[in-house]
Amino acid sequence: MCGVCGCGSETIGEAHGHDHGHSHHGHSHSHPHDHDHDHDHDHDHDHGHDHDHDHGHPHDHDHDHHHEHAARGDIHYGQGPAGSHVPGLSQARMVKIEQDILGYNNGYAAENRAMFEENGILALNLVSSPGSGKTTLLCRTIADLKDRHSIAVIEGDQQTSNDADRIRATGAKALQVNTGKGCHLDAHMVGHATEKLEPAEDSLLFIENVGNLVCPAAFDLGEAAKVVILSVTEGEDKPVKYPDMFAAAEVMILNKIDLLPYLSFDVEQCVAYARRVNPGIGVLKVSATSGEGLEDWYRWIGDRRQSLLAGRVARLESKLAALRARMDRA
Amino acid sequence: MHEMSLTEGILRVLEQQAAAQGFTRVVKVRLEIGELSAVDPESLRFCFEAIRDETVADGAELEIIPLPGRAFCVDCGKEVPLPHRFAVCPDCGGGKLQLSGGDEMRIKDLEVE
Repeated sequence: MCGVCGCGSETIGEAHGHDHGHSHHGHSHSHPHDHDHDHDHDHDHDHGHDHDHDHGHPHDHDHDHHHEHAARGDIHYGQGPAGSHVPGLSQARMVKIEQDILGYNNGYAAENRAMFEENGILALNLVSSPGSGKTTLLCRTIADLKDRHSIAVIEGDQQTSNDADRIRATGAKALQVNTGKGCHLDAHMVGHATEKLEPAEDSLLFIENVGNLVCPAAFDLGEAAKVVILSVTEGEDKPVKYPDMFAAAEVMILNKIDLLPYLSFDVEQCVAYARRVNPGIGVLKVSATSGEGLEDWYRWIGDRRQSLLAGRVARLESKLAALRARMDRA
Repeated sequence: MHEMSLTEGILRVLEQQAAAQGFTRVVKVRLEIGELSAVDPESLRFCFEAIRDETVADGAELEIIPLPGRAFCVDCGKEVPLPHRFAVCPDCGGGKLQLSGGDEMRIKDLEVE
């Protein structure tokens, strides 16, 4: 797999769509993408992103300059020369960089986030160890909410499409991204997956990350929130053992609480540990099997969706007002 | 394991900078890595040495400058050192700490030819 963008082993649904011609380390990606979507939203790019939405043009990234994926927005890594000479160093010179190592990922994440917000899509990045019950929670959530919301799912695993198959059995649109050797999803993979999946406007998009409490913490996918799932069959000290993930999450779901009578799991201690790492983290105690506590989870989703929609309405209203003002002047 | 993705990200930046700023060889790369960032410096070093060859950074030295963890204590109303994410305030013993530094992962500068 390309550890940078993960393209090499992308298995999307049943169909392979992209034709990635990478030459690694030189990274002369030549992606013959055909961005001929029929997006019926209006791109009113007033939000600071200079997207170049050349949808419909099969382009060829063989430029000599330093951006990639111009069709998906400007991602310039080179921020112009800022070199400074250090006297006494033979022919060597110093070049100031001051760039975030995750800059390439964060650029794609910002594009994903803008696209999600524009389309009113609430994207939630579900992270946990393997076996916490993420897929079971998702299947139950879809079954309970599918009459209220349009739901789509991106499933990340190293191998197999088992999870996407389980999700598709619920009737929701799902798409498997196999990361191959990769330990996390990155924003570039999610961008491609979203293009393929075409989630509806004002829908819910669940991104089930690779089961791993370490690496996915560092990679912003453009989601509205990271949701960390911890099952009570694990240790209550996981929040302090894997603090990065609990620090990055907005809410912690304690799953499998129907099993608490048979375990010595200390719920209060676990919550105290999580708050130690992240004082603002929300806590939801649920059982995806018995259904206990799920209403709180659905209420949390509903609240997040409301605020997303309120933002979208406000943006559309200001756009409408601007259009009306222009019409009055005409 | 994600250190490999991060290292490939670093090399990508180096290749782009080489083209932009007209150098052909990187002699040294200096990174600033926060002690609370999601990266293990030794693992990063291992990955860098594993994949730097036959790139613009062939044989390059990697220097990692650690940046200490810092947090704002809500109760004390001031910035305090934070040795790890779940530490308590060294002054008041409280746990209401907001991370204010130490999660950086930056390429600071390069020595090039």
